[in-house]
Amino acid sequence: MAELRRTPLYAVHRESGAKMVAFGGWEMPVEYAGLIAEHLAVRKAAGLFDVSHMGEFEVSGTGALAFLQKVTANNVAKLGEGQAQYSALPLPNGAPVDDVIVYRRAADRFLLVVNAANLEKDWDWLRSQGPVGCELQDRSGDYALLALQGPNAQAILQPLTAIDLSQVAHYHFAEGTVDGHSVMVARTGYTGEDGFEIFVAPDHADPLWRRLIEAGRDRGLVPVGLGARDTLRLEAKMCLYGNDLDDTTTLAEAGLGWMVSLDPEKGEFVGRPVLEEQKKNGPPRKLVGFEVTGRGIARHGYPVHLGDAAVGTVTSGSYAPFLQKNIGLVYLPSGKAAPGTELEVEIRGKRVPARVVPTPFYKRPR
Amino acid sequence: MYPEDRRYTKEHEWVRLEGDRGIVGITQYAQEQLGDVVFLELPEVGRKLSPGEGFGTVESVKAVSELYSPVAGEVVEVNSALAQKPEVVNSDPHGAAWMIKVKLADPAAVAGLMDARAYQAYVESEAK
Repeated sequence: MAELRRTPLYAVHRESGAKMVAFGGWEMPVEYAGLIAEHLAVRKAAGLFDVSHMGEFEVSGTGALAFLQKVTANNVAKLGEGQAQYSALPLPNGAPVDDVIVYRRAADRFLLVVNAANLEKDWDWLRSQGPVGCELQDRSGDYALLALQGPNAQAILQPLTAIDLSQVAHYHFAEGTVDGHSVMVARTGYTGEDGFEIFVAPDHADPLWRRLIEAGRDRGLVPVGLGARDTLRLEAKMCLYGNDLDDTTTLAEAGLGWMVSLDPEKGEFVGRPVLEEQKKNGPPRKLVGFEVTGRGIARHGYPVHLGDAAVGTVTSGSYAPFLQKNIGLVYLPSGKAAPGTELEVEIRGKRVPARVVPTPFYKRPR
Repeated sequence: MYPEDRRYTKEHEWVRLEGDRGIVGITQYAQEQLGDVVFLELPEVGRKLSPGEGFGTVESVKAVSELYSPVAGEVVEVNSALAQKPEVVNSDPHGAAWMIKVKLADPAAVAGLMDARAYQAYVESEAK
């Protein structure tokens, strides 16, 4: 097995008693004090995550916008400077190579944040799409990424920065300093809570992490591992590439049709014909949420039955610590995907009842 | 750290003798590896078990783990309180989180399992 990579926060994770696991080629903290306590801290107070394993590509030059319009699903022209957008890199079949966030840092300079496990694949795909009039650079080594998430996130971060965070709206970002460290602070996240993602040079990640933990202690801030990151995003029905998304699931099927722009301003892009058809006529199947109504926890890969028919497998499934329910996601034929539909999940050979429910499972109070 | 009043298996179960019965649970090491336990599936009273046979499952938020009987015999009692409070497996694995009591086919066989010192050494070798 290839050597696992370590983020600049490895030492502080070990000091904090983190349990480390391999994830996407990286040695990452899966939990510190305990998954459930970490999950609840993010819902009720705040959590700090190391997500430095994520990759960053920069696309710059006069042709950058046109290139991104061609290779992403969303309308990049709608992005003002300082704005970010959830998007994806579709294949001709309408399924994503990866889901990404596109940040517009200047008229002709963009940052793409990509999944760690997909970095090489994304890079090869983007190269193969022939960036014209722009430069594509892998800047992953230039950034560590910290996510500060939860209802207390702004109150914790504001005293450490001159950036007026109240002016940084959802999916917007600002560049400045936090406790003297040069950063880019984005109001984005993967937990279903308010919060920020902070891009910082790797050399500054350790002192910034320690300062944030210290500053947030009185407001309930705790370090949070990838374990709770997964249960938090599942409660909020945010897709995980490799589970709920892959190169066979179209964006329309995954419930991400809203990000597919058919705006004339965007023009042609990879995968458009399939996605346009599915947006107009509906996709043949849909990613839906279910609750296990019997006893048992549905997990990734477990078979799902609808009457006598095997209809698919659980893409993500877990105990949901905030909701205290067993929940999951599955692709169902579109005609049979309505909330209230009764299903069975096969848990170690036994069929356990479950029901399709509206999603997201959890929506934060505003 | 591991109580000396009982024996242990490589699958991280413990068994403590009480007359002709064996009380069975999972070890501190096992609960640490699992993380927050949220679900248990335990057998019915009357189930006959052979050594090494699966008698249920324990699930944390992240993982599923099979439970293996350290002994042969018949299940005579099940700790039904754990269904409501599975977190006790994390807080008191060697005490309140006992899982089943088994009427032993051969109480003397328990002595063939690892004692606390041998188990401790085994866990340390696993952790490396």
